[in-house]
Amino acid sequence: MKALYDKIVNVESGDKMRVDEHPILTFKNEEKLFFTYNGKKLQGFKGDTIAAALVDNGIMHFSNSIIHKRPRGFYCAIGNCGSCNMTVNGIDNVKTCMTLLEEGMIVVSQVTEELANDI
Amino acid sequence: MINQDGVATRDLVKSKFPELKVLTRPKAIIECYTEIPCNPCATSCPFDAITIGEDINQVPKIDFDKCTGCSSCIYACPGLAIMVVMIKNGKAYFKIPYEFTPLPKVGEKWLAVDRSGKILDKPCLIENVMITKKTDRTAVVTISIEQPYLYDFVTIRRPYE
Amino acid sequence: MIYKDLVVIGGGPAGLSACKVALEADMKVALFERSFDLGGQLVKQTHKFFGSESQYAKTRGIDIAKILIDEIKNEGNLEIFLDATVVGLYKDNIITVYQKDKYFKVKAKAIIIATGASEKFLGFENNDLPGIYGAGAVQTLMNIHGVLPGKEVVMVGSGNIGLIVSYQLMQAGVKVKAVVEASKNIGGYLVHASKLKRLGVDILTSTTITKALGFDAVEGVEIVKLDDLWQRIKGTEEVLNCDTICISVGLSPMHQLLSMAEANMIYVNELGGLVPIKTCDYETSLPHVYACGDVTGIEEASSAMVEGKICGLMAARHLGFIHPNDEALEFELNNQLCILRQGPCGEKIRCGLKKVGEIYD
Repeated sequence: MKALYDKIVNVESGDKMRVDEHPILTFKNEEKLFFTYNGKKLQGFKGDTIAAALVDNGIMHFSNSIIHKRPRGFYCAIGNCGSCNMTVNGIDNVKTCMTLLEEGMIVVSQVTEELANDI
Repeated sequence: MINQDGVATRDLVKSKFPELKVLTRPKAIIECYTEIPCNPCATSCPFDAITIGEDINQVPKIDFDKCTGCSSCIYACPGLAIMVVMIKNGKAYFKIPYEFTPLPKVGEKWLAVDRSGKILDKPCLIENVMITKKTDRTAVVTISIEQPYLYDFVTIRRPYE
Repeated sequence: MIYKDLVVIGGGPAGLSACKVALEADMKVALFERSFDLGGQLVKQTHKFFGSESQYAKTRGIDIAKILIDEIKNEGNLEIFLDATVVGLYKDNIITVYQKDKYFKVKAKAIIIATGASEKFLGFENNDLPGIYGAGAVQTLMNIHGVLPGKEVVMVGSGNIGLIVSYQLMQAGVKVKAVVEASKNIGGYLVHASKLKRLGVDILTSTTITKALGFDAVEGVEIVKLDDLWQRIKGTEEVLNCDTICISVGLSPMHQLLSMAEANMIYVNELGGLVPIKTCDYETSLPHVYACGDVTGIEEASSAMVEGKICGLMAARHLGFIHPNDEALEFELNNQLCILRQGPCGEKIRCGLKKVGEIYD
C-alpha cells in the first residue's frame, strides 16, 4: 500500500479539503490568513483554528510518539486529548484545536520525528 | 431485521400505508417504527391528523381522513421519516424530504432508491422542488414513478455524469 | 478576586439554560467557557432536534445554540468569560481560571458545573495513526470550519452520534464506506439508521475493528465478524480502504473539577463513567455546588437544557433568590424530564440514575 505522508497541498490555496457546497451551512471564508508551519508558508481563513487550517492543507502528522517513534495526529479537536499541541509564536503546548488562526502565526511541531528519535 | 440493518421490511412499510383507494388523494406515510421521545409531526400538523399524546415516546398515529398531504410533517420530522404519497393514472407521486446539494431540477430524471439503498430499475421524474424559510433547509421534492414501485421507493439519488 | 452570586462552568445547553433561569431570579452570574464561542456541542449539530416544543424540537441544533445565547447575552447581570478554562474548584467555593495569559480567582455563593463530556477512545492495533478522530472532532472540523477530515470514512459505533455524524459526512460530500457496530443491534434511533441505508451506507452489526492499516496515516481498516459471545469469527476478516476512521463509542462525563474538590462521586456504566452523587435538587455533596447536563450522566441536549434550568432554579432558591415562577417551573421541568426519559430510549439513563440514587440513600 502507498505510504501517505504530509500531503502538503498548494501553498497559496488551502481549499483542497474545504467543503464545496453544503445543504445546511454557509461558510463565509472571506479573509485569507497566511501563517508558517515548520517554516513553510500556508494559508487558512479567518475563523479557522490552527488545527483546522493544517488539516485543510493536508497535514495529518502533528507530532511523534516519544517511546514508539510513531507519527501521531489528533483525536478530539475540542481541547481534551492534548495531541494537537504545538509551539505557536514561541509558546509551547498551545492547543492548536482551540486556538484561532492569526495572520503571521509561526507554528512549529513540538515533538518532531528528529526530536523523538533523539530522546 | 430493521434493528440490525436499518431497513424496514415490506410488511412493516405496508403497515404504515392506508388502503390503496385512499391514495387518490395525497396522504402522509409516517415511517416511525420505534418509540423515541419526539412529537413535532403532531404539533406541526395544521389539521390535527397526527396524534402522539402527552407521552411523547409513543409512535405517531395518523388519521387518513383528516390528512390532506400538505407536507408540513415532512419537514418537521427530525428523523426525515415521513413522506406523502398519492396514486394517479398508474403513477405513484411521492413528496420526500431531501437535504443534499445540488438540488434536483423539475423535469430531470433521477435515480430511484429503495430502503436498502439499492437503485430501482426505473428512474423517477422530478415534478417539483420546494424549499422555503418554513421548511428550514429541508427541500420537499415531488417525484413520480410507476405505481408498482409504491412500497419500494423511498428517496432519490443524483445520476452521475 | 471577583465575587458573584453564581458561577456557571460550561457554556453548552445545560450551562446556558442554567444562566437563563438564574438571571430571571435576579442573580449576578458569571459564565465561564473554555472555547472561543458559546453553545457547546450544539454549534456542530446541523440536524433538527427531537424532543418536544419546549426543548426546541424540529429546530436545528445550530439554531438552538443561537436562541439560548441570544436569550442571555445582553443581560446586565451576566458576565461572560470566553477562552477561559476553569482549572480549579476549591471547597470554599473558589474557582481558579486560566484565560489567555491571565490567571485569576472567583468566589461564588453557588456554582453550577455544566462541563459536559468527552469522547471515549477504543483499543485496537494501530489506533494511534493520524487520521483517527472522535466523531465529535469530525463534526467540529466539518460543521464549524468547513474542513473535511478525509475523503472516505469508516465509522465505528452505531449510536446516535455515529449515525448522525455519518449522515452529516455524506451531506458534506464525504463517502462513508460503512458503520461498524460490535453489538447485534443498531445502537441509535432507527430513523437515523434508515436515513443512512437510503444513501447506500452499509451498517455492519456484530462487527468490530481489529486494526487500522497504514504506514504514516490511515489507509484502511480490518474488520471482523463477532459471534453471539462477542468472540471474533476466524476467517471473516475483511479490509475496507479509507483515509479516516471515526470512533463513536460513547462519551464520558468531564468530572475533573468535582473530583478535585472531593465531591462524592460514583462510577456508573450506564451514565458513561464517574458522576457526582446529588440530591433531587441537583446539589452535589459540596454545599451550593450543583451539576447538570452530560457531566451528571450522558444523555441528550434536550435533557441537558431542562436539567440546566432546574439547577439555575435550585441554586437561586437555596440562596434566597426566588424565581418569579418558582414552584410552577420546578413542577413543569421535572415533568418534562420524566416524559423525555419514560420511553424505551430512556431505559439506560433510568437504570443509571437509579444506581446514583440508591447509593445516596
